[in-house]
Amino acid sequence: MSLPTAASEALQAFAACPSWDQRARLQMQWGERLEPLSAEQCCSEHLVAGCASQVWLLGQQHEGHWYFQASSDARLLRGLLALLLARVNGLSSEELAAADLLDWFSQLGLGRQLSPSRSNGLNAVLQRMRAVSLGERA
Amino acid sequence: MSLTSPWRADFPGILALAAEGQTYLDSAATAQKPQAMLNALLGYYASGAANVHRAQHVPGERATRAFEATREKAARWLNAADAQQIVFTRSATEALNLLAYGLEQRFIAGDEIVISALEHHANLLPWQQLAQRRQLKLVVLPLDAHGLIDLSQAAQLIGPRTRLLAVSQLSNVLGCWQPLEPLLALAQAQGALTVVDGSQGVVHGRTDVQALSCDFYICSSHKLYGPDGVGLLYGRPQALEQLAHWQFGGEMLLHTDYANARFRPAPLGFEAGTPPIASVIALGASLDYLGSLDAAAVSAHEAALHAELLSGLRQRQVLRLLGTPSVALASFVVEGVHHADLAHLLSEQGLAVRAGHHCAMPLLQGLGLSGAVRVSLGLYNDGADLQRFFNALDQALELLL
Repeated sequence: MSLPTAASEALQAFAACPSWDQRARLQMQWGERLEPLSAEQCCSEHLVAGCASQVWLLGQQHEGHWYFQASSDARLLRGLLALLLARVNGLSSEELAAADLLDWFSQLGLGRQLSPSRSNGLNAVLQRMRAVSLGERA
Repeated sequence: MSLTSPWRADFPGILALAAEGQTYLDSAATAQKPQAMLNALLGYYASGAANVHRAQHVPGERATRAFEATREKAARWLNAADAQQIVFTRSATEALNLLAYGLEQRFIAGDEIVISALEHHANLLPWQQLAQRRQLKLVVLPLDAHGLIDLSQAAQLIGPRTRLLAVSQLSNVLGCWQPLEPLLALAQAQGALTVVDGSQGVVHGRTDVQALSCDFYICSSHKLYGPDGVGLLYGRPQALEQLAHWQFGGEMLLHTDYANARFRPAPLGFEAGTPPIASVIALGASLDYLGSLDAAAVSAHEAALHAELLSGLRQRQVLRLLGTPSVALASFVVEGVHHADLAHLLSEQGLAVRAGHHCAMPLLQGLGLSGAVRVSLGLYNDGADLQRFFNALDQALELLL
């Protein structure tokens, strides 16, 4: 399965950044790409529970493809969310279910940000994304 | 001249972390352990484990003797009159839950429990839940601008319905000693029980529970350079007598048939089940180790480190300190910077500091903050640790501002 264009672009960009500060800068730049959520979208219904920072996630299916929107009040987490959306947006339900998202962040060199002791909430976001794609109300 | 710690080499954990490129400044969460404690832990298991207070055999007798020796050491450490006033629990949190359940029957609807705005969840939730179970009123003492419990407001709020006061000795977020003496006097004047959460305080200066004259004092082993899995509950004899038994099983009883039982008094009556034997024995080794140090030198070192920490933080004008820390730790925020972002970039650079609400969510909410970054010190930290922290902080702020 080939990666979405944005995901390939992210992989190349992160591979070209060996130092922690370059990667942090890049991660924050990716965060700027997130489409801003409206005030109505930043409501408790879309708030992902279990995050130290506030995270909102919305998803909808269009002609069989998933499109998610997300935001957070923390900048580095916004970057992670943008990188997540780059990987999953446009996938079918089957492709989304099959996508190894832990591996995706590891490929970017950001795997540590999903470690269980991290309270940044990315794990909670992945769980919510799964629930949304399975049609469950989280 | 850079501050050095003459005790650093006694702590293999801090050396191992340093070798890995990690600067550990989170001792208020849990402390690294001295080699003497590791030896005791291994020594107990390696020389033959046995349960305590049960068997007549030699290994059992040896384990019981070592286990009870720690009770003596803990009593001496806190200046309790008698070792039988020390109950071992599995954590400080468990000790506070023991009190909330053990005293439950003493409260009637409308009674008041008084805590302060800066309490750790461990000294909030057991009382909050007790208040809900028994229709009690939970009164929260406000803080002044320095982060101290406001005494004039406390004098108004502690009244004839106050049955219990439970406050921290040293805040795990604000790092300031609380005015316990006048607070306890206010509660005692109303005939209320007094509970002091010494989880942070016990680490940064010797506490004399008799001089403090509280009914109960609580602390945990793992912050005091001991193993985890052990909490200490000190009680005045008259206070311990008021506790109802709360966990049942094992050797905490005097006699039982199928229908009824009679229980032991404190301490053993409150130590149901097999206790954390190795950890209790190893805590004794940590106390021996700490007792062997020059207490004045340790205090002077911690004070110098703390002064250097505060001075460095104050030099960086974008930072805002929480309260007026006087010892052990400092928490801060940066306007326009999310604490999670700052924590992430510090951790990328090998700094182990804590960010978040520090198990004191209502305190942070009261300050209008979603979280803060906390730097906390142990006696093994040195000036070089702080220098690495400040370098990393400057780098992180350069990226974020």
